[in-house]
Amino acid sequence: MSKSINIIKSTAVPVNIENVDTDQIIPARFLKATTREGFGENLFRDWRYNSDGQPKKDFILNNPTYHGKILVAAKNFGCGSSREHAAWAIKDFGFDVVVSSFFADIFKNNALNNFLLPVTVGDDFLQKIFSAVEKNPETEIEVSLEKQTISIPETGEQDRFDINNYKKTCLLNGYDDIDYLLSIKNEIEKFETSTN
Amino acid sequence: MAKTLFEKIWDTHVVKTIDGGPAVLYIDKHFIHEVTSPQAFAGLKKRGISVFRPKQIVATADHNVPTIHQELPIKEELSRLQVDTLKKNCAEFGIELYGLGHPFQGIVHVIGPELGITQPGMTIVCGDSHTSTHGAFGSIAFGIGTSEVEMVMATQCLLQTKPKLMRINVEGKLNNGVVSKDIILYIIAQISAAGATGFAVEFAGSAIRALSMEARMTICNMSIEMGARCGMIAPDETTFHYLKGRLFAPQGINFDEKIAYWSTLYSDEAAKFDKEININAADIEPMITYGTNPGMGIGVSGHVPELSEINEKEKPSFEKSLLYMGLQPGTNIKGKKVDYVFIGSCTNSRIEDLRMVASFVKGKKKADNVEVWVVPGSKQVEKQAIEEGINKIFEEAGFNLRQPGCSACLGMNEDKIPAGKYCISTSNRNFEGRQGPNARTMLASPLTAAAAAITGEVTDVRELI
Repeated sequence: MSKSINIIKSTAVPVNIENVDTDQIIPARFLKATTREGFGENLFRDWRYNSDGQPKKDFILNNPTYHGKILVAAKNFGCGSSREHAAWAIKDFGFDVVVSSFFADIFKNNALNNFLLPVTVGDDFLQKIFSAVEKNPETEIEVSLEKQTISIPETGEQDRFDINNYKKTCLLNGYDDIDYLLSIKNEIEKFETSTN
Repeated sequence: MAKTLFEKIWDTHVVKTIDGGPAVLYIDKHFIHEVTSPQAFAGLKKRGISVFRPKQIVATADHNVPTIHQELPIKEELSRLQVDTLKKNCAEFGIELYGLGHPFQGIVHVIGPELGITQPGMTIVCGDSHTSTHGAFGSIAFGIGTSEVEMVMATQCLLQTKPKLMRINVEGKLNNGVVSKDIILYIIAQISAAGATGFAVEFAGSAIRALSMEARMTICNMSIEMGARCGMIAPDETTFHYLKGRLFAPQGINFDEKIAYWSTLYSDEAAKFDKEININAADIEPMITYGTNPGMGIGVSGHVPELSEINEKEKPSFEKSLLYMGLQPGTNIKGKKVDYVFIGSCTNSRIEDLRMVASFVKGKKKADNVEVWVVPGSKQVEKQAIEEGINKIFEEAGFNLRQPGCSACLGMNEDKIPAGKYCISTSNRNFEGRQGPNARTMLASPLTAAAAAITGEVTDVRELI
């Protein structure tokens, strides 16, 4: 897993479907591994492959015209199960950013914990990205975590996104939440004593 | 200052707040299972650290265990490896495991409450989104990912941003044949599968107060299906009565002292919510879903919406859903033939659910075209069902009573619904492929599921009781 992110400039893959739940991102029957690697193979498994394992030609991930490090998704992406395997699968497939107008809470946290940047944009801007990428699959999208901006350089259009300062610093520097929590263990112990 | 139930619990669990960032939230209880824990244990080992508070963690095997012949080794190799890995990890790190064969084994959200581990005022997490179930006791309980499981193992804390607060008031008396599952399916249909994203939701009102603990758990269980961070209900006499005498609940004088504290856990009159929704219990009829997210629910006497009733932007996903479900817009849902009935899952597999089904089917036989699986939520539920003779009623009705586990709710074990088949399910998710590739799920209450098992089609249970 590549740690620390800042500027990502890449073409994008649009999955313009609302309410994509984590069972679609990675079906439960593929959650049986005991490691974090290899889930990309089964990303969007049942939309991507027929039951005989043959790729479904009409699904966008099977269309070589679309490629890149940015997954562009529709509203309420990542709802349902808390399985972190969904974030692992997207990251393992090669995406560094997921853009949507609305993310489910648990998915968003899981993504952040895996240095997969969830970028929430306005509905209108999301539509602009979809149109631009669908019109020209080679359209590049640029995301700057430092500036908290996402833009379509070709058209000059830009939107800002929110992220709290703590998490931003973590992502820019490659820190885990767990590193931070371990560093304040004595404060946690004090808290335990004070509440018991 | 007036506080909500959520704030009262949250405020007493904040270790510190990071400037411009989240709070460090202390976690009282952590449940783990075989599917979302192995990578967390591996993470600890990689860092060379141990579990910080092993006594605050309870483990069980539920997601991919078989529901027949649990006494034999698990046939499926990868499932067996996950269950064995959990066993090894729990032994190595000193964590209590109620694994296969243990009298307390069962679905994690069924065993926590029935053992009295889940208590009011606690913060509770588990690597499973239906952890919201435990909120029925007046606790802050939510699902987390595996990295967070590792954080809680390592430090008993999580970094959390305080959610917005919503209260849903359900007032009045429920109609005959309408149960708690119908209330929550109705609410989700009203506010959509994303209607509570970013919120902690408190369920209140006379219709909620009138519910048993197990019925309350069904409601909180499905809070996540409208996107809520957690669902909760203020503890009251019903809660205290349920907890009294349970194995891990406080005993004797300690219990009385706890009640004094638990009784302070309610939203103050002047407390402010970011959003309030009022529901009239009398408006709710037995519910069923027709689509591929839990917000796509209708009253059983209703019809699949016409295309003209759907707003323009949602038409593509609506049409995609109906195509998957093999349903036409505008068709009546009642009378639709079903192939499978699944009674189980962390939503509806408790003893009251089984009793409700048994009292309805007693002396009746299942329809020939249906296969019926009843999967109890835990070994204790199974034992009690046998003691009460519920197993006999099911046997005579032609129902297949299996052993505890998550089973066909998510089809991680062998219990899958075949492609194209319709299943009325008491579980919580009707997502594409949830119960097996191309399986078609219709979510409903145990009563509505039982009625369909007898008639072989979607049935208005009110006509039969």
